[in-house]
Amino acid sequence: MHSTASETERAGAAAGAPAQDAAASRTPLRATADNGLKIVIVGGFGVGKTTMVRSVSEIRPLSTEETMTRAGVGVDDPTGVEAKSTTTVAFDFGRISVNDSAVLYLFGAPGQERFWFLWDRLFSGTLGAVVLVDTRRLDDSWYAIDRLEAHGMPFIVARNDFGGPQHSPEQVREALDLSPDIPLIDCDARDRESAKTVLITLVDHLYALSVQETAP
Amino acid sequence: MRRLGPDDDPDRLYTVTGGRSRAADDRTLDLVTLIVSECEPAPGMQSEHVRILAMCRRPVAVVEVSAELRMPVSVVRILLSDLLDTGKVTARHPRPVTQAHLPDTDLLKEVLDALHRL
Repeated sequence: MHSTASETERAGAAAGAPAQDAAASRTPLRATADNGLKIVIVGGFGVGKTTMVRSVSEIRPLSTEETMTRAGVGVDDPTGVEAKSTTTVAFDFGRISVNDSAVLYLFGAPGQERFWFLWDRLFSGTLGAVVLVDTRRLDDSWYAIDRLEAHGMPFIVARNDFGGPQHSPEQVREALDLSPDIPLIDCDARDRESAKTVLITLVDHLYALSVQETAP
Repeated sequence: MRRLGPDDDPDRLYTVTGGRSRAADDRTLDLVTLIVSECEPAPGMQSEHVRILAMCRRPVAVVEVSAELRMPVSVVRILLSDLLDTGKVTARHPRPVTQAHLPDTDLLKEVLDALHRL
């Protein structure tokens, strides 16, 4: 049992989980809070999702995971042993209180292909998404952008500045095959003001879409 | 405190949920559904239920309960369903937002104001 526990600790540390006592660090919500909202920050490994959550969250980012089992699709295994596959997705989150009623949760979610069948389950009802990209690894973002479009989920793209070679916004837009109506901005995920600007850009975009939709 | 990892003992999670893999109404508990205790923990309760009741004296989202118990969201949904069924907690569900119907502009304005205040 002891070895199991220590392996678990290592696994948690390797995943970058903060080793805090969550209960001690938690700021309680207002007693009147009754409407949870979601925004998802999606991107490849190491692109700065958790950093961005940390920059704006009123609590230290927490980590958890969801495990789902699904019947194998297109699996042709005569033994039947592998007929089901279990996928575990770990994600971090933080939160921002909006008013007496609404509280916004920010989720940092991995953008890899194997994660996407969980999207409906985890993130249905999400207001919108930020695709966080590293221009040194743009191909990490193609799949996420494709899936968001397929889900009809409004999103913006934020380029996290890692000090690599400079590409013009037009070059990035072209490389990502991004349509002109989707906002693209630069950011530094470590910087609170910059991370704020990213979220404001997303909500401004949502607002514009909402006004469009309700226009006669 | 320890965090559930890929090597954790699945037997423990099996015991916690009484071997159930899915509660009847688990799909109704969103990650951001807010849970509120309606009673104090009592002797003889399952320890996870005791922790949830103590934690949720003020509203706590399902995903926060999961993080603090260090158990997957699917397991926490089952634990919460037990407490909901017996009226020991109540759930404040998020107002529905669908992709075809964006949130109303008043709510988005409130969110924008909150972000500007940060």
